[in-house]
Amino acid sequence: MAAAAVMVEAAAPTGALWGLVQDFVMGQQESPADQVAAGTAGSAAKLLQGSGRRERPSHPRTAGRELRGRDVKSGNYTVLKVVEALGSSLENPEPRTRARGIQLLSQVLLQCHSLLLEKEVVHLILFYENRLKDHHLVIPSVLQGLRALSLCVALPPGLAVSVLKAIFQEVHVQSLLQVDRHTVFSIITNFMQSREEELKDLGADFTFGFIQVMDGEKDPRNLLVAFHIVHDLISRDYSLGPFVEELFEVTSCYFPIDFTPPPNDPYGIQRDDLILSLRAVLASTPRFAEFLLPLLIEKVDSEILSAKLDSLQTLNACCAVYGQKELKDFLPSLWASIRREVFQTASERVEAEGLAALHSLTACLSRSVLRADAEDLLNSFLSNILQDCRHHLCEPDMKLVWPSAKLLQTAAGASARACDHITSNVLPLLLEQFHKHSQSNQRRTILEMILGFLKLQQKWSYEDKDERPLSGFKDQLCSLVFMAITDPSTQLQLVGIRTLTVLGAQPDLLSSGDLELAIGHLYRLSFLEEDSQSCRMAALEASGALASFYPGAFSSYLLPKLAKELQRDVTREHGPNKCSRHLLCLQALSAVSTHPSIVKETLPLLLQHLWQANKGNVVIGFNDIIAICQSLQQVAEKCHRDPDSCWYFHETALPCLFALAVQASMPEDSSVLRKVLLEDEVLAALASVISTATIHLSSELAAQSVTRIVPLFLDGNISFLPENSFPSRFQPFQDGCSRQRRLVVLLMAFVCSLPRNVEIPQLTQLMRELLELSCCPGCPFSSTAAAKCFAGLLNKHPAGQQLDEFLQLAVDTVEAGLGAGSSRSQAFTLLLWVTKALVLRYHPLSSCLTARLMGLLSDPELGPAAADGFSLLMSDCTDVLTRACHADVRIMFRQRFFTDNVPDLVQGFHAAPQDVKPNYLKGLSHVLNRLPKPVLLPELPTLLSLLLEALSCTDSVVQLSTLSCLQPLLLEAPQIMSLHIDTLVTKFLNLSSSPSMAVRIAALQCMNALTHLPTPVLLPYKPQVIRALAKPLDDKKRLVRKEAVSARGEWFLLGSPGS
Amino acid sequence: MVGGGGSGGLLENANPLIYERSGERPVTPGEEDEQVPDSIDAREIFDLIRSINDPEHPLTLEELNVVEQVRVQVSDPESTVAVAFTPTIPHCSMATLIGLSIKVKLLRSLPQRFKMDVHITPGTHASEHAVNKQLADKERVAAALENTHLLEVVNQCLSARS
Repeated sequence: MAAAAVMVEAAAPTGALWGLVQDFVMGQQESPADQVAAGTAGSAAKLLQGSGRRERPSHPRTAGRELRGRDVKSGNYTVLKVVEALGSSLENPEPRTRARGIQLLSQVLLQCHSLLLEKEVVHLILFYENRLKDHHLVIPSVLQGLRALSLCVALPPGLAVSVLKAIFQEVHVQSLLQVDRHTVFSIITNFMQSREEELKDLGADFTFGFIQVMDGEKDPRNLLVAFHIVHDLISRDYSLGPFVEELFEVTSCYFPIDFTPPPNDPYGIQRDDLILSLRAVLASTPRFAEFLLPLLIEKVDSEILSAKLDSLQTLNACCAVYGQKELKDFLPSLWASIRREVFQTASERVEAEGLAALHSLTACLSRSVLRADAEDLLNSFLSNILQDCRHHLCEPDMKLVWPSAKLLQTAAGASARACDHITSNVLPLLLEQFHKHSQSNQRRTILEMILGFLKLQQKWSYEDKDERPLSGFKDQLCSLVFMAITDPSTQLQLVGIRTLTVLGAQPDLLSSGDLELAIGHLYRLSFLEEDSQSCRMAALEASGALASFYPGAFSSYLLPKLAKELQRDVTREHGPNKCSRHLLCLQALSAVSTHPSIVKETLPLLLQHLWQANKGNVVIGFNDIIAICQSLQQVAEKCHRDPDSCWYFHETALPCLFALAVQASMPEDSSVLRKVLLEDEVLAALASVISTATIHLSSELAAQSVTRIVPLFLDGNISFLPENSFPSRFQPFQDGCSRQRRLVVLLMAFVCSLPRNVEIPQLTQLMRELLELSCCPGCPFSSTAAAKCFAGLLNKHPAGQQLDEFLQLAVDTVEAGLGAGSSRSQAFTLLLWVTKALVLRYHPLSSCLTARLMGLLSDPELGPAAADGFSLLMSDCTDVLTRACHADVRIMFRQRFFTDNVPDLVQGFHAAPQDVKPNYLKGLSHVLNRLPKPVLLPELPTLLSLLLEALSCTDSVVQLSTLSCLQPLLLEAPQIMSLHIDTLVTKFLNLSSSPSMAVRIAALQCMNALTHLPTPVLLPYKPQVIRALAKPLDDKKRLVRKEAVSARGEWFLLGSPGS
Repeated sequence: MVGGGGSGGLLENANPLIYERSGERPVTPGEEDEQVPDSIDAREIFDLIRSINDPEHPLTLEELNVVEQVRVQVSDPESTVAVAFTPTIPHCSMATLIGLSIKVKLLRSLPQRFKMDVHITPGTHASEHAVNKQLADKERVAAALENTHLLEVVNQCLSARS
């Protein structure tokens, strides 16, 4: 059957094609020409084809394309045939008909240009070039055809040039429509990509031709292409000949770009696209410099902010390719403009761009290689800057002092040479000015400027010690710093301390004598009284920074003093100062432990201090122990970068701390201090030291440690503890001794911080003991610690049978506990922690457990706790189950939890009896509150009604968390929120007189955020809101009044001029 | 009431003295306690006006030392506030505008019970008396705020810097 059909079709091919062609040419009105063309081409090809499948007629367009490709490839059919079939219409005296004919041919070519043969191309080109002279109605179709041919691989050499010449000569491009102009630009682009060499042979004529094509272009779509072509012309080194200025004119007339895309623009061209592509053109060659720089100066001097910014940014871009030659004549004007912008501007962006331009100008001048006899422009440029800025530095109270300093520092930051030049001029001046001015605040400004210049020195490294520009000023600088840090003004002291740190960071600058003096001052500052906290903190930070450079100096000058201070404190004094000095000394010790060799001295000091206290040599209180733990923890944190230090800390501190704790837990022990050691907070502080000291251990070392610590708890093996002659056995998991059980929190801190691949000995036994302890009534502290420890281990355990067994055990324990009356709350805590451990790692069982937890929301006894539990599930823990302690925490767990559970929560809320509804709302608001806002936004429409209902809930926790959830949404989803404006205004205003201060504050913050909704929505409420907000202005609490003031201020500005 | 703003052209005082900004008021435990009432004090009033922008510099009134905490008198029980401000130069044409901004800020931020008095620090401005009289006249203040251009400048002074 198919064969018969082919026969029939083959019988009258030309006739059928002729008919279809005529249909197309004449049938202009019936359907879109494009579609007809594709359909016709398809049918025509099909008819001409000697063999082959028949395509389904439902896709004429694809069929056409496919068949044509195959036809031409198989040689059954040539473009010539289409031309022949078109014959009369191509020559028709009626231009419209000719246009239709050529349009069909061009569309056919566009579909099969890659398959054309060379001789076909030659003929087609000749034909099309000739048609360029034709009637203007025909031109668009001719250009389409040329575009198709410009994509041909088979284009013989020489034809590209001839096509372009013909276009340049025959077509007045700017009188064409936008689409057709775009076609011309595409033809040029295509040839530039494939025929670069040929076009270059055309010399500057090509450039000139293009200039004429582009001249007067207004459409942003075409401009983007045109700018791209110009950029290629320049960057690929086409000959510009005498047309440099013309090329500049034809592009620079668009500078600065002023374009606002129309609303709902389908082309998506932004202002920035045009700005950046024009900037790429303008800044692409130094040959434009003589024309561009005057233009930039003119535009910087204009009143329009965007023109200033664009000009400064373009100047900045130019400096990357310019040299001294280009800049030379314009430097004074450029400097004057930049200076004015920085001195007088009201916009920080202009100031920043001005400084950036100055930076690249200076860098550009520093980069150029000089001939021996040439003038060094950098020097004269910098001298200009210095001349205009120097005298302002001498007036530290006046406004221009900082802009001047910024200009100088920016220039100095551009190159080592500039830095030298400016520093050597400015530093002596500033040093002199410091002594000339006697007020502390003036001195502070001057010292702060000096600090800025010193910091710049760090950018450049000097090989030779004598070359360093600072060495000559070292003594003066040191004496200045010491004056500053002994000044009564805190502000001056602070700058002094920062300057000292920067001086210390300069290699080989400070002498041993300077260091001794500096350390003396730092020691004094570390013990400052309460009212100069900021100085003391700065001094501690400086000690830490300097100690890492000069560990030797610190261990000989500072540590002995601190050790003595600690001793003195402990042994003799009992004054009111005792306590605070003791704390300050501990903080100083930890602050300075930034170098491994210093840790080796400070850690034993701290531990010995703790041990002394334990021996009863001194009376030591709760706060002291906490302070020592905090210091130890800080030392541990500072060790983490150095593996050896880390292990040293672990090896030294852990046995000592465990020994102290174990001894304190002995039933026979009854001293006061030992009681203190077992208090919740102290144990938590110890736990946190242990955890920090374990987190950064390598797996090998951690594995070594775990074989001693787990047996200590399971078997009472105390052999690795110092001074281990305890009166009784240590059996924390055995019944009886509740003191010993409390130490499970220390075990938790250790095992839950281990790297994931460390194998834990006796794991099954450990897990069983933990589960048992977690449901033990009577001591919530130890049962919670056991539950957390169990959860922490569960989270890291690899999936498999053993994990499933542990989980089964846990579920059984939870269910048994929830059933029994006595330990329900313990079982609930265990459930919560196990759920969290599984939610974090996306374990499949987590959904069952979450459902169980949700069920408890309507439990009369555990409901409120379950609601709060959602907060725990969604928040980050501090001690276990964190990424820092190697837990398996998936990044999207909150989103996932939200998607899986919020629908059920909402449903549960609607189904729940009235008295437990608040539990659901509370749970929900905890979940929403912790969720990243972008995730919440799409879900907002469905949840919003519930959130609004939650605002009417009487529970202030629900109110507060709902408000804090709504506040960012008001800023980020103003359109959706606008729909509920009436409810929002009413409820927020109601809550602004809530009895709870936190709710009042949050409600007023929401009132403030409301002003971000579209103004027309708000205006009807303005009078009412302004009246209502007068009331909280007189609130009894200052913090509430503050929020009321800012909210009311914003409402006043709504729809008012100048806002 | 006053001349145009300082847009364009030369500034009257291009290089004024700059003063340090005081930090945020630290929050005391008393302020966080629900029960303890905090009375409106001079610092609170000063905090309201110190961040007002100067009409011609990108600086606040505090940085230009136009307002100072010592020049704020307040009595919460008697519901009175008096603020004296000091123009940067004795012929400053912005004095009335600055005074108006302070006045408007206080009107918008203080409970209605307060009676407020905004005036120039004695002896610091050439036409001190005339300006004080304008600022004290309720009707002239209200009339000034009906003027769109003036309201625009005042609102700009009161907007938070972006």
